[in-house]
Amino acid sequence: MYSILELSTEVESMTVYVKSKQVVIPGEPLAYGRYEYQGPIYVVRQKLYSKVIGIVEIEDKKKITLIPLKGKYMPKEGDVVIGKIVDIGITGWTVDINSPYKAMLPVSEVLSRPTDAAKLDLSKLLDIGDLIVAKILAFEYTRDPLLTIKESKLGKITKGTLVEITPVKIPRVIGKKGSMINLIKNTLNVEVVIGKNGRILVVGDDPLKEAWAVMAIKKIEKEAHVPGLTNRIKKFLNEVKRGR
Amino acid sequence: MTGKALVKLLDENGLRTDGRKLNEIRPIKIQVGLLKNADGSAYIELGRNKIIVAVYGPREAHPRHVVIPDRAIVRCRYHMAPFSVEERKSPGFSRREIELSKVIREALEPAIFIEEFPRTAIDIFIEVLEADGGTRTASITAASVALADAGIPLRDLVAAVAVGKIEGELAIDLNGLEDQYGEGDMPVAMMPSLGQITLLQADGRFSGEEFEKGLKMAIEAIKKIYKIQKEALKRKYIEISKEVLEGE
Amino acid sequence: MNSKSELVIPKIKKETILSLLRKNERIDNRGLEDYRKIQITTGLIGKANGSSIVKLGDTTVITGVKIQVDRPFPDTPDRGIQIVNAELIPLASPIFEPGPPGEDDVELSRVVDRGLRSAEIIKLDELVLIPGEKVWAVFIDIYALDYGGNIIDASALASVSAILTAKYNKAVVENSEIVITDEQVPLPIGNIPIFVTIAKIGDKLIVDPSYEEELVMDARITFVIDENENITGIQKGHPGVFTYGELIEAKNIAIKVSRKLRETLPLSKPET
Repeated sequence: MYSILELSTEVESMTVYVKSKQVVIPGEPLAYGRYEYQGPIYVVRQKLYSKVIGIVEIEDKKKITLIPLKGKYMPKEGDVVIGKIVDIGITGWTVDINSPYKAMLPVSEVLSRPTDAAKLDLSKLLDIGDLIVAKILAFEYTRDPLLTIKESKLGKITKGTLVEITPVKIPRVIGKKGSMINLIKNTLNVEVVIGKNGRILVVGDDPLKEAWAVMAIKKIEKEAHVPGLTNRIKKFLNEVKRGR
Repeated sequence: MTGKALVKLLDENGLRTDGRKLNEIRPIKIQVGLLKNADGSAYIELGRNKIIVAVYGPREAHPRHVVIPDRAIVRCRYHMAPFSVEERKSPGFSRREIELSKVIREALEPAIFIEEFPRTAIDIFIEVLEADGGTRTASITAASVALADAGIPLRDLVAAVAVGKIEGELAIDLNGLEDQYGEGDMPVAMMPSLGQITLLQADGRFSGEEFEKGLKMAIEAIKKIYKIQKEALKRKYIEISKEVLEGE
Repeated sequence: MNSKSELVIPKIKKETILSLLRKNERIDNRGLEDYRKIQITTGLIGKANGSSIVKLGDTTVITGVKIQVDRPFPDTPDRGIQIVNAELIPLASPIFEPGPPGEDDVELSRVVDRGLRSAEIIKLDELVLIPGEKVWAVFIDIYALDYGGNIIDASALASVSAILTAKYNKAVVENSEIVITDEQVPLPIGNIPIFVTIAKIGDKLIVDPSYEEELVMDARITFVIDENENITGIQKGHPGVFTYGELIEAKNIAIKVSRKLRETLPLSKPET
């Protein structure tokens, strides 16, 4: 690793250099001392630094959380994602999951009964351009992520509107215990499938409602770092429903 | 570097051809996230230099066989547009652009947490639209902002400046004329929070003492440029906040 | 980037190098500031105006100098021409691939060229025959023959010694015509530069890294030192970092080591 020399000569045992809700940039010192931390932070000789542009939150003077404002989706086992079929192979499909890593969906993870893959025309099951809701079965950095659509609530997508946002903002769209996404679902009466990879499917009985939901989601993405978001979204949804 | 005193670079008051003092950097403007397709982007104006940088990645690499199993590869392409210089430059890649692509990549790579993205590529594309001395350091300054804009985890931003020698005096941030007719040019890039230097080159002639003094001058200027980079990155989000809160 | 197996150094070898360095020792028993054995042989290539083969440890480089009459560059009508071209050809190592010059070849060419040019080893303004029309052009072509680390210093030494021992036929201008005489003269020599490359491994600075040390190094820096102990070139290479203090230390080491090399190497100005 690189040898690192500190420029500052602070001797205090625990200090925080930033305020809660502050926007920080890579290399910005956040705190000094034995803090609990979560998010893209690195530590050198007890000094905590941010790795990305993000919003920092300080809890009880003990825990520092950094929420990135931008970033790619890194696959994690168990994540539900929305993928796009981009290639058909002999034993399965290659799926784009909006990540630096392309995923693989084998035939065995699509059909419940054992089948002879060679006898199948895979394009009849899933064709290039099809969208699927899938779950990541496995991911190690040395191999491409493996998907399945065999569980319930997974499978091919046949209707609805797809919206793509920066993956790091997905938790904001979901909200605390689902509060934000439920607000959208209930106010507009739509179904929403959230992919951890930044892709969200909105299904409603009216394409207009789907469009409004998409606008609300985009608004959350843009204004995630500005306090008072929930109220603004509430206001926005009521306005579009009433017709401006 | 022609090295001959054909042009008077300092006047009787010790001011330079563009009116600057020896330790003054040119005006800098940085815009962040101006390109829609790139994952991260930045545009910089340093004096008359105009440079745009786009960052893609981490992403799948093509061809696939270039990837490394335990980290991302960083690729950098520094290119000057044919209309960027006084005499039209041919569109292909000159040897200078090949070397600068390499040293710029080596200046930025130490800042990137490449081990977090095995088997992927991070691509940095630099296009110089107008050149007037110091394009490589301005490119590094803009590229590191573009990397941050892409959400790529970094140890620190990298800021860069060139220090040189004109008529025997050390001067910071040489413009095109000073670069061509001066007696030495030393580009420096550094991660300011960590005090780590990632680029250092020189041509011309510097005594051991001038080297030390020049390096110190460069480090001071780099800290100023770092502030400008930080401000540019935060500005985008602060503007959105203002817009939103004022609209209420 | 090459992912060839030859570039992968066994972990235990890396650990050996690091643990020896912690005791200020190197795997080939050298001191931190010692060069490997240097052998310089000049004048081997009859068809070249000057030539030199340098063996620096396991690295072998050949440089040929060709001097011919040419048109000057339009923006320097009263100066001769110096062109340096270096190639890391596949015969020198399994890690070099065939094909057009890559970034390493280009960097090597330009670093050597700048170091020589800034020191003014060749007094280019004394190579003019008819200003704006005809000047002498000195082509310095460097070919790696065996790659064992620190190609920069080996290439520079080969170039410098080839330039110092080069001979060409003096030309005179008679009635606006160039007449090549039979008199063999050396090139007009200014200040002779010495290139010193230092690698950083952990927090140690070592001079003249061998191939294995290069595979393990965090960063490298080359200083070009002229006869007055001024710096006429610097090139940091490799995606690692240096602190300000390390750079000052490296600069001091380079000046010290260049002094030693000047004393021991046959690098004297030709007699005119």
